[in-house]
Amino acid sequence: MKVSATPTALELIEDLKKTHGKDLLFHQSGGCCDGSAPMCYPAKEYLVGDQDVLVGEIGGIPFYISKTQHEAWKNTDLIIDCIKGMGGMFSLDNGTGRRFLTRSEICVPEGASLN
Amino acid sequence: MAIKKKMANKKKKVARKSNTKSKKKIKSIKKKKKVVTKKIKVATKIKTKKRSKIIHLDTTKKRGKKMSTETVKGGVSSSLDTSHLKVPFPFKAKYGNYIGGKFVEPKSGKYFDNVSPINNEVICQMARSDAKDVDAALDAAHEAFKEWGKTDITTRSNIMNKIADVLEKNLNLLATAECLDNGKPIRECMAADLPLVIDHWRYFAGVIRAEEGSVAEISNSQYSYNIPEPLGVVGQIVPWNFPLLMATWKLAPALAAGNCSVLKPAEQTPASIMLMMELIGDLLPPGVVNIVSGFGLEAGKPLASSDRIAKIAFTGETTTGRLIMQYAAQNLIPITLELGGKSPNVFFEDIMDKDDAFLDKCVEGFVMFNLNQGEVCTCPSRALVQESIYDKFMEKVIARTKAVVQDNPLKMETMIGAQASVEQMEKIKSYLDLGKKEGAKVLCGGDVAKLNSGLENGNYIQPTIFEGDNSMRIFQEEIFGPVVSVTKFKDEAHALEIANDTLYGLGAGVWTRNGNIAYRMGRGIQAGIVWTNCYHAYPAHSPFGGYKQSGVGRETHKMMLNHYRQNKNLHVSYAENKLGFF
Repeated sequence: MKVSATPTALELIEDLKKTHGKDLLFHQSGGCCDGSAPMCYPAKEYLVGDQDVLVGEIGGIPFYISKTQHEAWKNTDLIIDCIKGMGGMFSLDNGTGRRFLTRSEICVPEGASLN
Repeated sequence: MAIKKKMANKKKKVARKSNTKSKKKIKSIKKKKKVVTKKIKVATKIKTKKRSKIIHLDTTKKRGKKMSTETVKGGVSSSLDTSHLKVPFPFKAKYGNYIGGKFVEPKSGKYFDNVSPINNEVICQMARSDAKDVDAALDAAHEAFKEWGKTDITTRSNIMNKIADVLEKNLNLLATAECLDNGKPIRECMAADLPLVIDHWRYFAGVIRAEEGSVAEISNSQYSYNIPEPLGVVGQIVPWNFPLLMATWKLAPALAAGNCSVLKPAEQTPASIMLMMELIGDLLPPGVVNIVSGFGLEAGKPLASSDRIAKIAFTGETTTGRLIMQYAAQNLIPITLELGGKSPNVFFEDIMDKDDAFLDKCVEGFVMFNLNQGEVCTCPSRALVQESIYDKFMEKVIARTKAVVQDNPLKMETMIGAQASVEQMEKIKSYLDLGKKEGAKVLCGGDVAKLNSGLENGNYIQPTIFEGDNSMRIFQEEIFGPVVSVTKFKDEAHALEIANDTLYGLGAGVWTRNGNIAYRMGRGIQAGIVWTNCYHAYPAHSPFGGYKQSGVGRETHKMMLNHYRQNKNLHVSYAENKLGFF
């Protein structure tokens, strides 16, 4: 699994850095309602640990997903996009009129081979 | 049961099987409609009477923005016309917060536009609250708790019964509000959401009357009395999929247990609960229920992280669930979390032993993934069908899915309405794309639904059936749309293996004529609720909650009361003599 961001998502990340500082992180959500949304928080506010996997960085911000969800999603690369919207719960994009959205592409997991 | 019958009747009507039995049922619906019309008249009277007590905020401009067709009375376009439902347009142009028994302006003076998913037109403006408003609501709640926490159980119960009565009298008006705010079909609002709301208020009003503490006789001079006591002021954050019902799931047990509440509705669906408070507010002492609308980050977070709440209840997704637990850990307070699922719906071969009413019920059970546009935490979004009946059964469910009527949610004939927000529609689209990329076969639907007649800007998705493998993402993540992913299984053991191959465990369905299979599967599936030969049943008397990553705690049922209170143990010695230690 790899993570990347679209230009509009990178733009929103830069805007959030201006308001909230550069020390941010992403955590990929799962479940219902706003599930599947990538959530962005001040790094010191969200506790990540051994049960999380660091997928990569977008716009200089680390992007995490829980280990169990990583296992279930391992056949996909994540592309973080930005769309119009108001939700996102406590994520820093909430209320900006824009929100992050996870899009996905199929990938080949490490160690697997195409035959 | 009545709800089910009504739903079944309407489905039958559209599913073309007109026989004398269904004609009789339709007649009875028509009769009921007449009764409902009478109720509306009463409701409108009550509403007008109560309105005089409400602070009227500035009600100018904005409504009807992005109008696509001609306007009707109420300033909205004809797509949002409610006159055929015999109710006025339910919303005022602007709502403040409901704090301390009255509507008040947000302290910042800021509002945000609330749109209807039906056509994304602005229907009213809502307070854009922040930490200061949350504080004011907490002040009011703490003040109210001094009395409410000590109120006689009979008094609390009677108030809750009165609330249920007023809601029942206003059922059509509230159902219309819910339809406009959320985009769900009016027939579901009338036959499911609102009747369940009323049922929950009555259930908790009733159940606390029959409850007792306990006494243990430790010895003939020592007794241990257990007395349940309320927690105090609780924070509650509700989702946008069933705005009034989810608010009621949280409010009714909290109030029944003697707590006061500060509740934040979802920013996508903030309006219907304000209408509910307009109707029932004066039945409660000021401050017992406080509703603060606004965004998650600005209003939800200060509530969830406040050191002035004794408990936080949240329905949503996993990452925010973890953050809420973190805040609760910092304040050392209890939580209840409901975080969704990826519920399996399992169909065994014996369902096709006969072509009878039960098989018809099983077909409906499959198509239940369309209920509430699939925006249900327990959406049966993974269907497991035994391979021996796969082709024949799928033929039936595809035909039934194609017969689902998608149109303006305000029409009584509409079976599937609009997704609750544009971003939700975008998310579903991203999963429709992903399913195709993963190699899943589209058996029907698979795209956005383009509707016309003023609905061009609304959020509509075609009912979609994917065929694939349980390892695919579309089988592993809740899409929260009218999308089911179906796969085959060989035998019972295989079915159980697939059913449990998920991170979640909220709901499940098992369909079989064999009671032993039903029992074994019911016990084997790791989920909080396993519906057997039924689905999407949510009576107040059935507990709801998740195994695994689906959450912590239960909602509904009297067991919910203990999530909203502490146990006071009064340990009393009636002996005159000392122990003799000192």
